[in-house]
Amino acid sequence: MSRNLIIGACLTVLFTGLAALSFLWTPYDIEVLDIPNRLLTPGGAHLLGTDHFGRDILSMVMMGARTSIAVALVAVGIGMGLGMPLGLWAAARRGSLLDDVIMRGNDLVFAFPSLVIAILITAVFGPSAVNAIIAIGIFNIPVFARLTRGAALPLWERDFILAARVSGKGAARISAEHILPNIANLMIVQGTIQFSLGILAEAALSYIGLGAQPPTASWGRMLADAQTLVSIAPHVALIPGFAILLTVLGLNLLGDGLRDWLDPRIRVVRT
Amino acid sequence: MIRFTLGRLVSLTASLIVASIVIFAVVEVIPGDPAAFMLGVNARPDTIAALRAEMGLDEPLIARYAAWVGGMVQGDFGMSWTYKTPVATLIADRIWVSLPLAIYALALSTLVAFPAGIYAASRRGGAGDTAIMGATQLGVAIPNFWFAMILVLVFAINLRWFSAGGFPGWADPWAAIKALTLPAIALALPQAAILARVMRSSLLDMLGEDFMRTARAKGLTHRQALWRHALRNALIPVLTIIGLQFSFLLAGAIIIEQVFFLPGLGRLIFQAISARDLIVVESVVMLLVFTVIMVNFIVDLTYAAVDPRLRARA
Amino acid sequence: MSLLLLKNLSVQIGGTSVLQGINLDMAQGQITAITGESGSGKSMTALAIMGLLPQGAKQQGQILLDGTDIVQTPEPALCRMRGNAMGMVFQEPMTALNPVQTIGAQVAETIRVHENVTKAEAHARAAAMLDRVGLKVAPTRYPHELSGGQRQRVVIAMAIAMRPKLLIADEPTTALDVTTQARILDLLQGLVDEFGMGLLLITHDLAVVADVADRIAVMQHGRIVEHGPTSDLLRTMRHPYTRALFAASTHAVDLPAVQNDAPLLAVRHVMRDYPTKRLSLFGSRPTFRALDDVSLTINRGERVGLVGESGCGKSTLTRAILGLEPVQGGQITLDGAPVLQGELALRRKMQVVFQDPYGSFNPRHRVDRLITEPFHLLDNPPKGAARDQAIAKALADVGLPSDAADKYIHEFSGGQRQRLAIARALIVEPDLIIFDEAVSALDVSVRAQVLDLIADICRKRPLAYLFISHDLSVVRSITDRVLVMQGGKIVESGLTESIFADPQHPYTKSLIAAAPQLPELAHAADAL
Repeated sequence: MSRNLIIGACLTVLFTGLAALSFLWTPYDIEVLDIPNRLLTPGGAHLLGTDHFGRDILSMVMMGARTSIAVALVAVGIGMGLGMPLGLWAAARRGSLLDDVIMRGNDLVFAFPSLVIAILITAVFGPSAVNAIIAIGIFNIPVFARLTRGAALPLWERDFILAARVSGKGAARISAEHILPNIANLMIVQGTIQFSLGILAEAALSYIGLGAQPPTASWGRMLADAQTLVSIAPHVALIPGFAILLTVLGLNLLGDGLRDWLDPRIRVVRT
Repeated sequence: MIRFTLGRLVSLTASLIVASIVIFAVVEVIPGDPAAFMLGVNARPDTIAALRAEMGLDEPLIARYAAWVGGMVQGDFGMSWTYKTPVATLIADRIWVSLPLAIYALALSTLVAFPAGIYAASRRGGAGDTAIMGATQLGVAIPNFWFAMILVLVFAINLRWFSAGGFPGWADPWAAIKALTLPAIALALPQAAILARVMRSSLLDMLGEDFMRTARAKGLTHRQALWRHALRNALIPVLTIIGLQFSFLLAGAIIIEQVFFLPGLGRLIFQAISARDLIVVESVVMLLVFTVIMVNFIVDLTYAAVDPRLRARA
Repeated sequence: MSLLLLKNLSVQIGGTSVLQGINLDMAQGQITAITGESGSGKSMTALAIMGLLPQGAKQQGQILLDGTDIVQTPEPALCRMRGNAMGMVFQEPMTALNPVQTIGAQVAETIRVHENVTKAEAHARAAAMLDRVGLKVAPTRYPHELSGGQRQRVVIAMAIAMRPKLLIADEPTTALDVTTQARILDLLQGLVDEFGMGLLLITHDLAVVADVADRIAVMQHGRIVEHGPTSDLLRTMRHPYTRALFAASTHAVDLPAVQNDAPLLAVRHVMRDYPTKRLSLFGSRPTFRALDDVSLTINRGERVGLVGESGCGKSTLTRAILGLEPVQGGQITLDGAPVLQGELALRRKMQVVFQDPYGSFNPRHRVDRLITEPFHLLDNPPKGAARDQAIAKALADVGLPSDAADKYIHEFSGGQRQRLAIARALIVEPDLIIFDEAVSALDVSVRAQVLDLIADICRKRPLAYLFISHDLSVVRSITDRVLVMQGGKIVESGLTESIFADPQHPYTKSLIAAAPQLPELAHAADAL
């Protein structure tokens, strides 16, 4: 158990815990404005202070954690759920037209960064957390597809796969029984990295107003609101930023720690 | 090499065509009636009809698509509904902010990342390596727009070395570059962190290769072997990453512009979205995607120029 | 005056002793061979001499190259010696060269590192050296454009460009075909004669040693157990390990007589084409003919060998026979039924054992699951107690204990893994097994044991097999009939002993001539 793994796990558990807790309880209700108490510095009744509307920042951080983690998690789910089977399929049919089509499709989606996809979707359907999930999720699909295919291809050349074919097993069965367990570690590690990237992407989208809309709290939105106040009340701008930083850092350290623990030879893709 | 380039050109054209179809479909087909969408729910039927006629929406889809693509190839991006100016003019004004910003950031990030990654790899396990690895872990985790805010707080508001935002135009190049500096640093930081890590791991990979052993057996010192053999091979995968990164840089630039109130493509897009100006959105998105595909094309060519094995494989 | 003198050299790496008390004496113009099995310390000795031991290695003793003690020499001085006074050739030619530099530049680099010459002069000398090593391609080529044998010549050119006094070759021909091997060994001998170098040849192949070396040193577990002039050592082997090693190399397997005569596998006029890279955008795609009118039959209980070098089509034939790949012409039948898209009942009669004991098994499954994979071919695979019994029997048949079933594959050695591969092949009681280079990756003593196991299995049940190998001596002892393959065609076939005693086809003749021979040592060993 490396130091990375422990620190990473602690940070991840902390923020996931805060997010989960927010479903049951937050110190204050963030939908209630309390103008007389605006811009209080951290300490006292408000552990992390209040923002320009008098809302408790700690409560908003907790609710924001919920948004970020939910969006990033579902987006990773979409990416893995659709990307992995595509990658496995492409590897099983390597060299065929199907493989080519899937790879070209991947390249095409890579030409549309999440932001651009979000812009497109938002222009037509309006901004929302769901659209953020779709935009980030769509971009995750080729990441996992390419990674899965890249990891599966050399395995198909190995003799034990040939042995499985000699035993009469078909491509689908071989992908499930032999290929998948051997790439599982890589998927887990990449999954945590994509999760952390998803949090950053959600924050960026919310910052420019394309993500979750008020009154749903989100860290990016908090930063956007705080922008004009950065010289008057820095804590309003610094705290949500630190929340993002620590969560992402925790997930990255967790991913690195998992990699060291499971198989140090794994190479992740960080785009 | 010629064959490789031709092959890539075909690929490029195909990607551009498919991308344009996707964008066209999303913007002009999905909303149902783009004119009604743009004018909103309270529009009167005759206003909608007038806009439809102006936008040529009664033509068949293929014709509209062909007209759009044909126009773009000639530099005509249509007429903005909100500003009543050609979209091409709007883009031309803004792109001179966004594109230099992205390139500035790319230059900064490579200038920092390469030496850092090489140094870390050559001092593997040492104090320098650990420090750089720690710094890159932080750099990767920082949201670039938040870092931008901090930069503004420290360097613009407190130290007053830079202005907090705005762009004075290119009439005075130095002032323009100065205005783009803090934004470029903010953009460059996470990319530099990623690039440094990739450079380091790529170089470490090369250090374990057999041809390094051969080089040592020839009498090269460790340093000579690293510079003359490992580095050039290590650059190859790093190049691909840079290409991929450019699309993120462009996207990041759009976001950073909000922090620094830069009049770039970002501002244009978001205003267009609020105003439901689909024509502007359509064209700007197409331009962004075009840039990304072109950059990747150039990276592919550079890749083949550097690695002789790729030229043979094509 | 000795060229190279190793005095009581001991090396420890990370607390483990890898070399103990090595004493070696080499003269100029001589070929000394260090031989032994994997893990014996041969390569470590070579690395120690070059001063290329890994970080953290501790050395005691002396390595005197022309009077200079390498153990005591600091790194900058060692860099001046490497490539200059001493050169080294490594085992894997495919990965030894920098892929993005031309071969001429890489050879010229050796010269430019040690001498202050102009780029033009260095390149000219490099070109001359490449020519001297028999490479007929332009120095402006890149490594990926060359074959394994050609790349090895480039590596040799780099190592001798400065005419070193000592050349160390660590398994220089192990990864090469037998005919290429013969040519590279000839080249090395020629260079020794012409330049007057000392050659330290490290190889596990005793036949090569017997053919080429003036002196032999036998290593085991980091020690030299015996050494001396070749002819003396071969005549009177003193150390039991030496005797065991040579006995295993010349091991003749005791095959039982063939029982049945009915035809089992019939390959008739098979053609297999692969599409290759397009040369132009239009027109049809060029193809490469991997199998060209190949025909062979194997009767029940018959043991047939297939000999050929890399690229001759052996693997393609294997896959075609197993029904894993389609053929573009001809037919392959087993017991009369075609193998392609064959039913499970048909596939049950054929199994395969592969070359690579490390790649043949899924590292994430346990042995019981691994060796019962062929049960997928049965209509009613045994379950529960019957399955456990089948596993225990399969393990016993290959000489492994029954507790092996719960272990993971990484817990076994190379020889044990090949036994498991044989167990997996036998578990559905096939009529035909294809052994695809099944013993090529094993140490010589382990190889002898596995061959004995195969002979043993033949005694217990009627088994036909196709034994594919590039190693002629192995094929000779384990087969009744042999086929010789070249460029996708079967060029000669007949009874094993006839082919070896009196080959007809020129290719067969060149193969047999190129293969180094171990002299008959049985009498000498017995006489002790």
